[in-house]
Amino acid sequence: MRIEEHPILGKPVKGRRITFIYDGKPMEGFEGEPIAAALRAAGVVTHRYTRKQHKPRGIFCAIGRCTDCVMIVNGVPNVRTCITPLSEGMTVETQNTVAADDGRADA
Amino acid sequence: MKRYDLIVIGAGPAGLSAAIEAGQQGLKVIVFDENAKPGGQLFKQIHKFFGSKEHKAKIRGFRIGEELLKAAAEAGVEVVLNAVVIGLYLEKEITVRMDEKVYHYKADTIIIATGATENMIAFEGWTLPGVIGAGAAQTMMNLHGVMPGQRIFMLGSGNVGLVVSYQLLQAGCEVAAICDAAPRIGGYGVHAAKVARYGVPFYTRHSIIKAEGTDRVTGVTIGEVGPNWKFVPGTEKHFDVDTICLAVGLSPMSQLAQMAGCAMEDNPKKAGLVPTIDEYGETSVPGIFAAGDVSGIEEASAAMIEGRIAGAAAAYRLGYITLESLEEKTAAMKKALSSLRRGMFAPENRGKRIEKTEEGCDISINLLEKGYVAADEITRYPGVTAKKGIHPVVECTQNIPCNPCQDVCPKQCIKIGEDITALPRVEEFVECTGCGLCVAACPGQAIFLVNSGETPGSAYVTLPYEFLPIPKAGDKGYACDRSGHAVCETEVVTVKSISAYDKTNLVTIKVPVELADAARAYRREVKA
Repeated sequence: MRIEEHPILGKPVKGRRITFIYDGKPMEGFEGEPIAAALRAAGVVTHRYTRKQHKPRGIFCAIGRCTDCVMIVNGVPNVRTCITPLSEGMTVETQNTVAADDGRADA
Repeated sequence: MKRYDLIVIGAGPAGLSAAIEAGQQGLKVIVFDENAKPGGQLFKQIHKFFGSKEHKAKIRGFRIGEELLKAAAEAGVEVVLNAVVIGLYLEKEITVRMDEKVYHYKADTIIIATGATENMIAFEGWTLPGVIGAGAAQTMMNLHGVMPGQRIFMLGSGNVGLVVSYQLLQAGCEVAAICDAAPRIGGYGVHAAKVARYGVPFYTRHSIIKAEGTDRVTGVTIGEVGPNWKFVPGTEKHFDVDTICLAVGLSPMSQLAQMAGCAMEDNPKKAGLVPTIDEYGETSVPGIFAAGDVSGIEEASAAMIEGRIAGAAAAYRLGYITLESLEEKTAAMKKALSSLRRGMFAPENRGKRIEKTEEGCDISINLLEKGYVAADEITRYPGVTAKKGIHPVVECTQNIPCNPCQDVCPKQCIKIGEDITALPRVEEFVECTGCGLCVAACPGQAIFLVNSGETPGSAYVTLPYEFLPIPKAGDKGYACDRSGHAVCETEVVTVKSISAYDKTNLVTIKVPVELADAARAYRREVKA
């Protein structure tokens, strides 16, 4: 799912290849790219499940506006993965049932 | 609290242009942007821009972004990133959130250049992973080098939907179809023709009934929209896709202007709620200006000029330049801006049905409904001539402000004239050298070179080509017509890729002479 070479942009300029932990398993991505880009390239589309109805959600706006793509990153919930840069050893977890205000309200 | 002469909110095309103009006049300027990188959406725009030289026509958006960043640095402009302006107050004070802290700044002038936000539309299944905004698709493929999906369905046929569809093809994705609830394609016909000739079908008067799938998108069902905006039963169509892209318009992000107490107007010609501004972009609050999409949705080329005008006006307000100098500076800019606002797609023509070009040619109905001009319609336009020998065929059929074809032709073979929305015409008695500069320069990829005199029975057609792999002489493939249907097998004769073409390769194919007016695309493979 990565573009190896683009007719206009050439080869994508990327950071070094690194390993991060996605739901307990090692996964590869490039340092500095958004977490969401690394996940999409690896075929992951579900980032979280909604609290009340347990509906899957993924990338929607990809520019940090809609908050649909939030996940638990290094133990911190509600991190917008589309604008948070990936780093070596980062833990990224599917967010289940955590609401925007740490679970006190319904979402 | 820090003080500046000018605070610019937003480092996109409008904000950067404003900052550069003001910085060049000696103002102490700071620009805040919420993103990690400056440039707004420019770095996702990989197509060549429309317009004239002064609008940076035929230059790709991301290169314009690079130019702006360089000019901003040279003008001494301070650009602060990851900085969200969360408040704008009457006395031209702002609050900015950076690293979970809020800072306080004040300036004597403010330029709001916050841009726009994508509109969305809800349907059954629209929250499924795989339903994304068109901007998200652009961000992923053009900034991060990741395909948003393998097979995509596009909702919306405005310029965003059309341009992103073409970019998806360039990224190596498949575009299953493009639909629009409107009876006609909303964007430039040339953008539609660019995807139609590679086989992407259009469904006008259609919208999405539902996104299919339980955990992620596995398909989409669309249906015909009746006159009462309800789906017509029995018209459902299904597509297997893994991604649905929404390109249903943009809305000005004008909350800060409203917060500052600027007079606002809900103006459909500007696509939403915008601050009321004068000819310099000044709002009802003296010293607060608005430029770019925040003051009305237009192309980035218009945003850049609006930014420069507002930047110059801010310099005048603070006494850095005289009124005379302001008027002199902005006269040319205003002229450039008004030339962009002309033609069929001018803001004043939004929602209007236009039947004829300025020249009196009927607009192609096929172009508006299916995305391509039919063979029996194309000959009515002044750029389409049947000259002997090599000559350009300019399939430009709508009045849009654009003239690089006229500018680049070393022989003045293509004429538009003073009025940049006029349809290009090919001069009958001026010889074409076959240099191909016009083919590569046309942002609409609507120019082809046709040579039907050299070999008996055969014709050579030169096409713009922006996909990988770049074909090689001797490659075998198919010639497709404007609708994307293969009309014959073909062989690539030559491929030219020079730096002046800026990544638009010129592929010349050999076809039977009777297909010289039909073959408009080269494809290595076509589906049975």
